[in-house]
Amino acid sequence: MAKKLTGLDIYKLLPRTNCGDCGFSTCMAFAMQVAAKKVALDQCPHASAEAKAALGEAQAPPMRTVQIGAGEKAWTVGGETVLFRHEEKFHRPCAIAVEIPDSLPAQEIAQRAQALTNMRFVRIGQELRVNLLAVVHTGGDLPQAVRVIREHSDLPLLVSCEHPDLAAKALEAARNDRPLLYPATAENYEAMAKLAQEFPCVLGVRAPGAEALATLTPKIRELGVEDLVLDPGMDGFLSTFAELVRLRRLALKKVFRPVGYPTMVFVHGSNPFDLAAQATAYICKYASVVVLPQSQPELVLPLLTVRQNIYTDPQVPLAIEAKVYEVGQPGPDSPVLVTTNFALTFFTVEGEVERSKVPAYIAVVDTGGLGVLNAYADDRLTAEVIVKTLRSYGIMDHVNHKKLIIPGLVAVLKGEIEEESGWEVIVGPEDAAGIPAFLKNEWRAS
Amino acid sequence: MQNVPDVRESWPNPIYTVTLGATPKEGGTRTTTVTVGGARALPFHSFDGDVPHPPVVAMEVWDVPAEDWPEHVRAPFSEVLRSPGEWARKCVEEYGADLILLRLVGCDPLRENRSPKEAAQAVQEVLKSVGVPLIIWGCGNPEKDNEVFPVVGEATARENCLLGTITQDNHKTLVAVATAYGHKLIAESPVDINIAKQVNILAMDAGFPLENLVIYPSTGALGYGIEYVYSIMERIRLAGLGGDKFVAQPILCDVGREAWGVKEARAPKEEVPHWGEEGLRGPLWEATTAYMYLLAGADILVLRHPQAVRAVKEFIRRLMEGR
Repeated sequence: MAKKLTGLDIYKLLPRTNCGDCGFSTCMAFAMQVAAKKVALDQCPHASAEAKAALGEAQAPPMRTVQIGAGEKAWTVGGETVLFRHEEKFHRPCAIAVEIPDSLPAQEIAQRAQALTNMRFVRIGQELRVNLLAVVHTGGDLPQAVRVIREHSDLPLLVSCEHPDLAAKALEAARNDRPLLYPATAENYEAMAKLAQEFPCVLGVRAPGAEALATLTPKIRELGVEDLVLDPGMDGFLSTFAELVRLRRLALKKVFRPVGYPTMVFVHGSNPFDLAAQATAYICKYASVVVLPQSQPELVLPLLTVRQNIYTDPQVPLAIEAKVYEVGQPGPDSPVLVTTNFALTFFTVEGEVERSKVPAYIAVVDTGGLGVLNAYADDRLTAEVIVKTLRSYGIMDHVNHKKLIIPGLVAVLKGEIEEESGWEVIVGPEDAAGIPAFLKNEWRAS
Repeated sequence: MQNVPDVRESWPNPIYTVTLGATPKEGGTRTTTVTVGGARALPFHSFDGDVPHPPVVAMEVWDVPAEDWPEHVRAPFSEVLRSPGEWARKCVEEYGADLILLRLVGCDPLRENRSPKEAAQAVQEVLKSVGVPLIIWGCGNPEKDNEVFPVVGEATARENCLLGTITQDNHKTLVAVATAYGHKLIAESPVDINIAKQVNILAMDAGFPLENLVIYPSTGALGYGIEYVYSIMERIRLAGLGGDKFVAQPILCDVGREAWGVKEARAPKEEVPHWGEEGLRGPLWEATTAYMYLLAGADILVLRHPQAVRAVKEFIRRLMEGR
């Protein structure tokens, strides 16, 4: 097991001549600084290649980063650094994969591949997609299935087949596409590792649990394959979940190199609610590749959203940019609604305005990321602030009605805003859920 | 086989155990009680420590017909929307709700502006028709809630209900009511661990025991800020397990109200054909929101759609059986 090198470990790797060429008076002093990561080893002009290799190994990130696929749609996973997103963030969104059994008729394989490739959802300006097609050998013609999929899709592939000979034929159709070849097991790993080098592939390793995986991965590395993804291969959801937590802790908290790789899981079952439950747990807790057996949009949309949310950077404040947002295609007769730049408030208001189907302007006031009531209590949402902000946007000159809708929670600001601005203030609902009824029934430009 | 370091974790402080409802033996009229909390590990992490009480599902009932609920989630209740008692009975007998959350929406001065007495009648109807414990949630207008809860609290005396919510700015009346009539309280905070702690401290300073509180850290729908709440809940739970008694309470998530407010749950297929059928999409959106909150540490989930209730309860059962 590789572990963090101490100053003494590093000292032993140095020439121990105290020549001073590194800028430190002794090799020991230099070694201590290297161990503390304050200076780099290459500041010693005499360090041997062996020393550099040993240190490089120890300083490698605790979880390897692995790119699956080639070209524009390649998907990179791993390289995670924390167990909880609030500690820093989750770095590389897990890949969502969907199974295509090779025993399906070629025509259906083509249709599925095409449909999955075209499936896309746009949320908060981001495009959400399925990332991998998982061709699974279920007794059909695997090479033919891979060829058909390649013709109809440019998504990266996961090729699932335990027989290296058959897998080799299938990989011919995806040479240089860097597919994820799966599963390398205790029985077939030598042949699979050879394929992974030849084509080349990322290698999915399956063994039941951390001990078995840690036994297998060093053997595969010895064969020269380093881009691995680990499947803890447990029976049942809860033991799989437990093993994912264990692998993540081992990789990050113990820097236990044999399992310092991204992970993959297959979601089993047929009830979409059950699939969603398992997949949500795997996305939130540490899977790098989640393979679904089904792909109806009702299931895929929420799961892609779970992933989007979990992999959002929590260090970016809860605030959104303060400016005028347009919902639908508003014009001079459209309503103007004021709200705060607290992301939760804004997204809720925006969603409700969208739902009303009344095109509108949402003028967002910078409240430092506070919601309506807190901003009001904190003097960040006052009549003066609202009038000043809206004047700076020029939005009230842009519409021809001079009516402003304010949140119901700050109805008390109505008089003061009217006095200060000369606009007519309409008090909107207290709860954003009331916005559609309000805009449909009560809003009139004139 | 390669030896692997032990990475199990143990925590010094269990989450408070909170029991809701009182049977005749305890001075109430409930036929069942519900106990949450007591965990010595993160959710689903039973390999680290004991998780004695599974999360529970409360179904939401209103004191007035829920006309603004989307068609798909209103339809199962269309026959009973005018009777909180019948509505609650359906939730318990047909859909297996562990508790009923009665939301006194109709007391809102901007809505029906129902009187405290009318609110108490609705509560009593529900008490008579079901045997499960009750959560009673005010209309959210602080002044009105402070008029309603003294009456409602008295009408439900010794039933050991969960009343809410208390906030940083409005807790005195509810603390007095809960103390006088033997209820527990929901402490609300706006996605902020420090305020969550502060509200609990305010309740404690007013003489209310920390072990009689449930944290409501606010709830966001999947796709609409859930990640902020998710991380605040993880931080609350980690701090509680780590020994901070001011945030070691069970957590409630008001899932149905949020999930059914967003377009992914509501929009009919004709509007967004590539999103699929809303009949499946809506309940699945609500259930998936609930799943995320289960992972973050939810102990009480408030849900609306029968399909989401069934699915979430099935998932909880599966977890508890270790499958």
